[in-house]
Amino acid sequence: MSILVDKNTKVITQGITGATGLFHAKAAREYGTQMVGGVTPGKGGTQIEDFPVFNTVSEAVRETGANASVIYVPPTQCADAIMEAIDAELDLICCITEGVPVLDMVKVKHYLQGKKTRLVGPNCPGVITPGQCKIGIMPGYIHKPGPVGIVSRSGTLTYEAVWQLTTQGIGQSTCVGIGGDPVNGTNFVDVLAMFQDDPATEAVIMIGEIGGNAEEEAARFVCEKMTKPVAAFIAGATAPPGKRMGHAGAIISGGKGTAAEKIAVLESCKISVAATPAEMAQALLKVYKP
Amino acid sequence: MNIHEYQAKEILRKYGVAVPDGHVTYNSASARDWAKRLGDGPWVLKAQIHAGGRGKGGGVKLAHTPDEVKRIAREMIGMTLVTPQTGPEGKIVKRILVEKGSRIARELYVSLLVDRGTSKVTLMASTEGGMDIEEVAEKTPEKILKEPIDPLIGLAPFQCRKIAFALGLEGKQVNQAVQLLGGLYKAFIESDCSLLEVNPLVVTAEGDLIALDAKLNFDDNALFRHRLIRDMRDYDEEDPFEIEATQYDLSYIALDGNIGCLVNGAGLAMATMDIIKHYGGEPANFLDVGGGATIERVTEAFKLILSDEKVKGILVNIFGGIMRCDFIATGIIEAAKQVGITVPLVVRLEGTNVEKGKRLLAESGLNIVTADGMADAAEKIVKAVKG
Repeated sequence: MSILVDKNTKVITQGITGATGLFHAKAAREYGTQMVGGVTPGKGGTQIEDFPVFNTVSEAVRETGANASVIYVPPTQCADAIMEAIDAELDLICCITEGVPVLDMVKVKHYLQGKKTRLVGPNCPGVITPGQCKIGIMPGYIHKPGPVGIVSRSGTLTYEAVWQLTTQGIGQSTCVGIGGDPVNGTNFVDVLAMFQDDPATEAVIMIGEIGGNAEEEAARFVCEKMTKPVAAFIAGATAPPGKRMGHAGAIISGGKGTAAEKIAVLESCKISVAATPAEMAQALLKVYKP
Repeated sequence: MNIHEYQAKEILRKYGVAVPDGHVTYNSASARDWAKRLGDGPWVLKAQIHAGGRGKGGGVKLAHTPDEVKRIAREMIGMTLVTPQTGPEGKIVKRILVEKGSRIARELYVSLLVDRGTSKVTLMASTEGGMDIEEVAEKTPEKILKEPIDPLIGLAPFQCRKIAFALGLEGKQVNQAVQLLGGLYKAFIESDCSLLEVNPLVVTAEGDLIALDAKLNFDDNALFRHRLIRDMRDYDEEDPFEIEATQYDLSYIALDGNIGCLVNGAGLAMATMDIIKHYGGEPANFLDVGGGATIERVTEAFKLILSDEKVKGILVNIFGGIMRCDFIATGIIEAAKQVGITVPLVVRLEGTNVEKGKRLLAESGLNIVTADGMADAAEKIVKAVKG
């Protein structure tokens, strides 16, 4: 078991004829993901690197039986691409694209209501269930199958946590990058709930950062609903207020969303918080024995 | 992206939002001329800088005669204005706004922003206008009214009326509020704002509603579809290093410390700053070279870090996913050739092609300290900088 994706997940790439889309579609296939094709409007009926290309998502779904999509479409057309995939009733969409206008995402969120699709991202590394299915841009080889679930707002910090676990011989059940944008498809609480219900996940590392209050909500969820041990790290303790730290959502505004605030709430909810990003695995091992 | 108050008011005026008559100017003689053209005094002179709290630093002044307008304008233009938001170094005033004065009966607050919790644009309002709204939210949260807006319907008139009555508006002011708030919402949506704030929104002695101040921030990700807004960018208001960085698609923020950082990924870049601090050092910058950085971008990133004279050492922290470690290594070597790295350099590489990257660095003959893991890297650079 795992969450969101496994060896049966069939994936298409939206934007497969672009350099980034193609590069990662091939990397996913090499990893063992069932990457069954791609979509580029106007290039339907062609093939690229043995991937069949379709004009529309619904056609790709009909022909390949895909139930998931990964999106590398440029930010100017990205919201439209997400809505097309929602309309095709896919189970899962991972939107990797960075730089989607926030008001476009407000519309996408509205469109998502009442639909069966789960959207992860945008501006995220994707989702991986080690040894089974990799959807996104993370380097596959750092992962190892195992019992720890990871959920994170940051891509490279996820790799950091994964690597710390893997080098200590501890594998991962599923790693989910929820992305660094202020309005996104899936939040910490959604993923924590899935990890809690997943028999293959024994413990969770949650990686947050400054801005918003998603970490505080997650902490309250951990307090009230979770029985599995959780460790965390919050990036941005040294970030100055009022500045956007790379991610569109990573900003301390009006004195709110600081790392100190978040860490205090997490600790009050019995979450083991790593003092530095080098100690994420250690923080987990304080509350969890594999 | 931020713009000046006078630019924000120009935009709002197009959406039928009542704002005081006024004009921007760059010199005192024209300030006097504009005052006369605006009609009878008194007039208000407002320093145009991208920071709030201007009144507290002497950036907002009242004048009763055209000559007084000229005199105050002469003092204001070129002054270094220090406000609670500018930092101790302050900002030099280059433009001022000359406005017809308003007689104020009540000061209210309204703003629009994207609420992360509901993923909706939300109208916020308060009777406590003219105050620091964050303080109001902190001490008396019940005085902040929130109205989430359905993206399909937009801001409905009934919502505006609800807010208007809650703010204690009466008579013609209610309809004025419906028009004004509707205009604000339209401006927010059509210009892709991230924040629109009117503080204060005033009821004049004549009983009319008018936006006395206006602040608009825009979503950088949406600027591609707003050429007119892009043209309003005032480079004088931005950090020169940060402007330079955007030309190479680097995400860079200047800080006060002396350890330069070059990192891939925003989260890891923040975490790198944090761990430097943890080991007793101070980061000089936040710098995310991005996932798909080229050798040229890495070289430019190095040049940028080295052009900051405060920098006494550099920490490179790369976890290569898309970013290949041999690319980073080549970038470091190129930059060293082009600009000459004279400060201590600690490099931590992990991920794709790490062995190749390390080999390139070792064979380069450069004076580079390699590190295993983030903690080791941070310790080494802090030690190197402290000597």
